[in-house]
Amino acid sequence: MNNLVKVQNVSKSFGEVNAVNGVSLEIEQGKFFSLLGPSGCGKTTLLRLIAGFEIPKSGKILIDNKSMDGVEPNLRPTNMVFQNYAIFPHLNVEQNVSYGLRKKNISKDEKDEMISQVLELVNLTGLNQRSANALSGGQKQRVALARALILKPKVLLLDEPLSALDKKLREQMQLELRHLQRAVGITFILVTHDQEEALTMSDKVAVMFDGEVEQVDSPRKLYERPASQRVASFIGDMNFINEKALETKQGLKVNSEILGEIVIPKNQVSGNLSNKKIIIGIRPEMISIVSNNFDSKGLISGKITDISYFGITTYYKIECGPNAEALSVSAQNSFGQMDYKIGEIVKLKMDVNSLVGFLE
Amino acid sequence: MTRPSKYLKIFAYTYLVFLYAPALLLPIFSFNSSQIIAFPLTGFTLHWFETLLYQSTLHEALRNSLIVAVSSSILATILGILASRSATRYDFTGKQISLTFILAPLVLPEIIVGVALLIVLIQLGLSLNLWSVVLGHTLLIMPFSILIMNSAFNNLDISLEEASMDLGENQFGTFYRIILPLVFPGIMASLLIGFTLSLDEFIIAFFLTGTDTTLPVYIWAQFRFPKKLPTTMALGTLLLVTSFLLLSLSEYFRRRAVNSRSSVL
Repeated sequence: MNNLVKVQNVSKSFGEVNAVNGVSLEIEQGKFFSLLGPSGCGKTTLLRLIAGFEIPKSGKILIDNKSMDGVEPNLRPTNMVFQNYAIFPHLNVEQNVSYGLRKKNISKDEKDEMISQVLELVNLTGLNQRSANALSGGQKQRVALARALILKPKVLLLDEPLSALDKKLREQMQLELRHLQRAVGITFILVTHDQEEALTMSDKVAVMFDGEVEQVDSPRKLYERPASQRVASFIGDMNFINEKALETKQGLKVNSEILGEIVIPKNQVSGNLSNKKIIIGIRPEMISIVSNNFDSKGLISGKITDISYFGITTYYKIECGPNAEALSVSAQNSFGQMDYKIGEIVKLKMDVNSLVGFLE
Repeated sequence: MTRPSKYLKIFAYTYLVFLYAPALLLPIFSFNSSQIIAFPLTGFTLHWFETLLYQSTLHEALRNSLIVAVSSSILATILGILASRSATRYDFTGKQISLTFILAPLVLPEIIVGVALLIVLIQLGLSLNLWSVVLGHTLLIMPFSILIMNSAFNNLDISLEEASMDLGENQFGTFYRIILPLVFPGIMASLLIGFTLSLDEFIIAFFLTGTDTTLPVYIWAQFRFPKKLPTTMALGTLLLVTSFLLLSLSEYFRRRAVNSRSSVL
């Protein structure tokens, strides 16, 4: 396992703001890695530090075991796709794509071959002579990709490349980018605030808040086993229930009004085990609605107070008790699925295996 | 943007008439056949323009003016590019103050600037010739250069420069391949406005020139000869038309600098 990019305890501030605070990361070669977090969390700053556009206040960055200290952006084995694409407006597609080749001693024929190849890779064949101004947003993005990939960098850095595209195009590009990464085998580091995007495309994701990395994991582990409440609520939706917990040998014993008597295994809980207060998290899709007619011993009962329809799924807001917050429950609108109405009393079944606990 | 009211239009037109009507007297009397500058007009002639071809001192003054105008506009533009680049891309101590001082000639009376420069040059032991005029004019033109180049650079997205460097170009390559082509309209505007300002400038030229005259200084000297007045007015007309054309061209480029597709997306 070769860690191509090593970020070692890197910090960067702008005036009084600590944009990046002692971040350490190791990014494996050939993988699609994402930096995910809300605006201002430092992910773009970290990307620019790796690219060389910012200089760290402290810490080191190594690419392929070589220190990037004092190495200018034009000499680093990285290439970047900018958020606004930064396509040179006074050049056409071919000139943009071949921009970085000028400094290399390559014959014209070889250059033309490389240009055709990379344009085919990004589905822009035939647009060589098109002027930069006449390109659509999606096309500009592909030119930006081609321009970077033609130089065969060790690391491709992408700064929120899909944020300016409409939803359909974004979804299409997400798949294309993932295929592209697998096809060329280059290490991709992508910055995004869209958690769906990060989960769809990446092999591994680093979630950042306030200049620090809170969790680095595969998309699945991030979703199913978030390390903190912040990560849990940033990625997907989650219900949070405050309870008191007692530590036992099997796990954390909780006596809850809503959940009943349950024991949460220790590997599903994070935080100090001796703490009494626990926040239990459960995803809306891990609660299923069972009709009131069923024999429902041991199930929680609640009243539907709100319904939100999303086409594929419907979200129900269900009040289970006078003191507790309403639960958000999602149901697939698939074949055979029942529809419920506001005001209906239903029973809820929960998947205890999917519960996570955060000890305060 | 809302449409201007009728009164604003009236005011604007009246203002323009007051401003430029006197200047129209120049071409009117340049084509008038009488040697006396007075109404009523006596007839149409191109004779006065013809006499311009025979004044050798005029030709020398024109040559000097062109040398000074070209030199000072180029010098001011180069310095303007450098100053503007540092102002728009970098932060350093004393930035605001330096800019204030550089822009000062815009608000200082020209006579003050002229006399001050004269004193400085004499103290430095430098002789007064065309090059002292070039120095004075460069000082005068620089604020305009900087202001134009500021708009041009502000319109140039910094991510374009970063992209260039990311793709392997060093600072010089980036400047030559990306920055220069994209701020080119601004450079043209600066050169043209600088040229025009220098060509028409009288006060500084008057103070700082030695024996070599520039065109405005020559014209001023010609007023001693009432017989030559129509000829002088013909010259004035030409100067007026030239300045107008050059400034229009400069404005065309300045607008391209500000509105061009140097900004991304």
